[in-house]
Amino acid sequence: MPEYKAPQRDMMFVLDEIVNVAELAELPGFEDATPDIVQGVIDEAAKIIENTIAPLNESGDEEGCSFDNGVVIPPKGFKEAYQLYAESGWTGLDKSIDFGGQGLPYTLATAVSEMLSGGNDAFSLYPGLTNGAYEALLEHGDEALQQRYLEKLTTGEWTGTMCLTEPQAGSDLSQVRTKAVDNGDGSYAIEGTKIFITAGEHDFTDNIIHLVLARLPDAPAGVKGISLFVVPKFLINSDGSLGERNPAICASIEHKMGINASCTCVMSFENAAGYLVGNLNEGLRYMFTMMNSARLMVGLQGMGVAERATQGAIEYAKERKQGKAINGGTMIVDHPDVRRMIMTMKALTEGCRMVAYDTAKQFDLSKVHPDEAVRVAAGKQVDLMIPICKAFATDVGCEVASLGVQVLGGAGYIRESGMEQHMRDAKIFCIYEGTNGIQSLDLVGRKMKMGLPQNFINTMQEQLDAESENSDLAFITEPMKMALDLLSVTTEWMVEAAQEDPQNPAAAAVEYMTMYSLVVHGHYWIKAAKAALAKQDDDFYKGKLVTAKFFAARVLPRVYGLGGGIMSGAESVMASEIDWL
Amino acid sequence: MKILVGVKRVVDYNVRIQVNPDGSGVATNGVKMSMNPFDEIAVEEALRLKEAGKAEEVIAVTIGPKASQEQLRTALAMGADRAIHVETDEEIQPLTGARILKALTDKESPKIVMLGKQAIDDDNNQTAQMLAALSNWPQATFASKVEVEGDVANVTREVDAGLETLAVDLPAVISADLRLNEPRYVKLPDIMKAKRKPIETVTLADLAVEQAAAVKVLKTSAPAQREAGIKVESVDELVAALKEKGLI
Repeated sequence: MPEYKAPQRDMMFVLDEIVNVAELAELPGFEDATPDIVQGVIDEAAKIIENTIAPLNESGDEEGCSFDNGVVIPPKGFKEAYQLYAESGWTGLDKSIDFGGQGLPYTLATAVSEMLSGGNDAFSLYPGLTNGAYEALLEHGDEALQQRYLEKLTTGEWTGTMCLTEPQAGSDLSQVRTKAVDNGDGSYAIEGTKIFITAGEHDFTDNIIHLVLARLPDAPAGVKGISLFVVPKFLINSDGSLGERNPAICASIEHKMGINASCTCVMSFENAAGYLVGNLNEGLRYMFTMMNSARLMVGLQGMGVAERATQGAIEYAKERKQGKAINGGTMIVDHPDVRRMIMTMKALTEGCRMVAYDTAKQFDLSKVHPDEAVRVAAGKQVDLMIPICKAFATDVGCEVASLGVQVLGGAGYIRESGMEQHMRDAKIFCIYEGTNGIQSLDLVGRKMKMGLPQNFINTMQEQLDAESENSDLAFITEPMKMALDLLSVTTEWMVEAAQEDPQNPAAAAVEYMTMYSLVVHGHYWIKAAKAALAKQDDDFYKGKLVTAKFFAARVLPRVYGLGGGIMSGAESVMASEIDWL
Repeated sequence: MKILVGVKRVVDYNVRIQVNPDGSGVATNGVKMSMNPFDEIAVEEALRLKEAGKAEEVIAVTIGPKASQEQLRTALAMGADRAIHVETDEEIQPLTGARILKALTDKESPKIVMLGKQAIDDDNNQTAQMLAALSNWPQATFASKVEVEGDVANVTREVDAGLETLAVDLPAVISADLRLNEPRYVKLPDIMKAKRKPIETVTLADLAVEQAAAVKVLKTSAPAQREAGIKVESVDELVAALKEKGLI
């Protein structure tokens, strides 16, 4: 079982040379985020994650969570690791200074999240969901709610949950039935059942703060009648001390394919006291304001698991002697097919890192840049990139985790290798926080109507034009020209074919998202290759350049298969009668 | 009382060391650098003495290029009160290091100078001993336990035969061994606070220290690749084989 080492060299490369993280320190409020602080934060976060959290990944998976009469017991060591992590201040990294956070950029939080996910995906969910609850209250809660909850959510003394899903309301939240009745004393009685509630119950903290979507009896039907409530596990007295146990009870926990150390709860609200967040009937809109960061976080989980699988595969392939390769080598890494798998893993994982960190920077720009035009442009860029950061990166997580098992061969299929856990863990990332299908529909629907994919095609074209004279980069700019042309044609087809039959883009959404993501990765690989070309006296940059070459030659051509399929239309997908299936 | 702690910037212990192709030394370009792990233990011990009320101030010192300030920031984030950076781009040998520390102890008058027993880059294990000799102070090296009572430090040392406890009068030089403590994890708010703690920069000239040109490095090379061994049947055969190789 290989140990997880935070990929600090590549993380710093992306932060310094792709994202230009130093620019962030020039933004108002981020003055402290100077390069030395960035380096210090990455170093120390890596240390605590590698030494205290990552070592629990395998044992947590083996042991899982147990449940006894409303009480959830997470795996051994998790409580202590969580408390150390919180006491060390990491939960407050990018949270507001007003509530005890450090007010550092989201970009930096993104890098730390990647390490947390790579080290232990299941663990990362305990502090991860708290972020959503924090954001909801910060953006939409009134001052009283903020004073009551935000500090403890920042310090991690309390954790949060997001209670959205119900048995009949999964991807379609308009079906939410949980009831909220006004008690007339400033509180509401919340009654209903929520499922798939991550970290719904545990013993890490004194209190758990549930954010719950519910409907008033006289609320309009559908999405326009859903309100957001905060429901604490323990009520809070006026002096801030903990009061009565609120009947927000864990009824059972799920038995899952992966992320077994994360407790996934069925939560039963039995007339629990809830407090309205913001205005009545606007709950779903509030949820959408924090959707982007939640989706980016899930993308990091996919990337994190891909990184861990890649590390395991490389370590094994360098040490495992088997057969004589054509090049005379005796390690399996010498065999071209194993090398192909490892290069694929590296190219995809490193590409996802560039896209995710740069999108996180756009996130920061969209929030704090003094120029409104920059904020708006950055916000649009985030909107465009979210399906790529979430759906593509989590598909990569599954592909790379599967390749990781394949590289180890029979050993990879054995649990003790640690590689099959990655495959089981990775699948959920394609599903939760909006399935990859839904992410893709978002890209080809709403975002294409806004012209976002089209605009960025122009940006990518400008990059190619600017580099057209650079013959050192021709190995990637030439294939990118063809790929971008095909993407433009395909994008036009998507817009036109939608008018003919809306099933056309819907049936091709995932393929289009994949194709678009590959070309976006190419855009970033050009930047990486350019930076690497200038420093070919250093092994890291030599490795970066050959990975860029591999991407251009062996990964980017996937777009041709995808483009052909997409433009064949929806007919072949939908032609079958349901009975024939 | 003050404690002066030495902190050295070295290639991170996780990095596989590579020798420059021209034999000019170990490759450090683009290589991750960290605080020498034994120094981390020394910093931790100094902080624990302070937290136990045995010391008032912990001063971290490093000798090296500008980038060494990163390691001072780490010591400050762990909890050191202030730091001194002796800035030099020259290679510093143990005797020079000891002379610099001697100059600083004359200036700062600490009761304890706490050093790592050795740095993992050159593994010299000399600076603490040389400093004690130059200062004419007692020394307690390879410490696995340190207790301070008044003007005496009771130091348990790891020696070949097991453990030995020495009582040394302060001021003294103590060097930390691996099992002295487990350094803490740095807290994020302390990383931010460290940014505001003072680092004083001085040069060798400021301290009137001259480089001791005692050892000249001619060439650095990687150890030869290990060859496959052979099995011997008897002691006689073993002796013969060793003789044949000129090893005995």
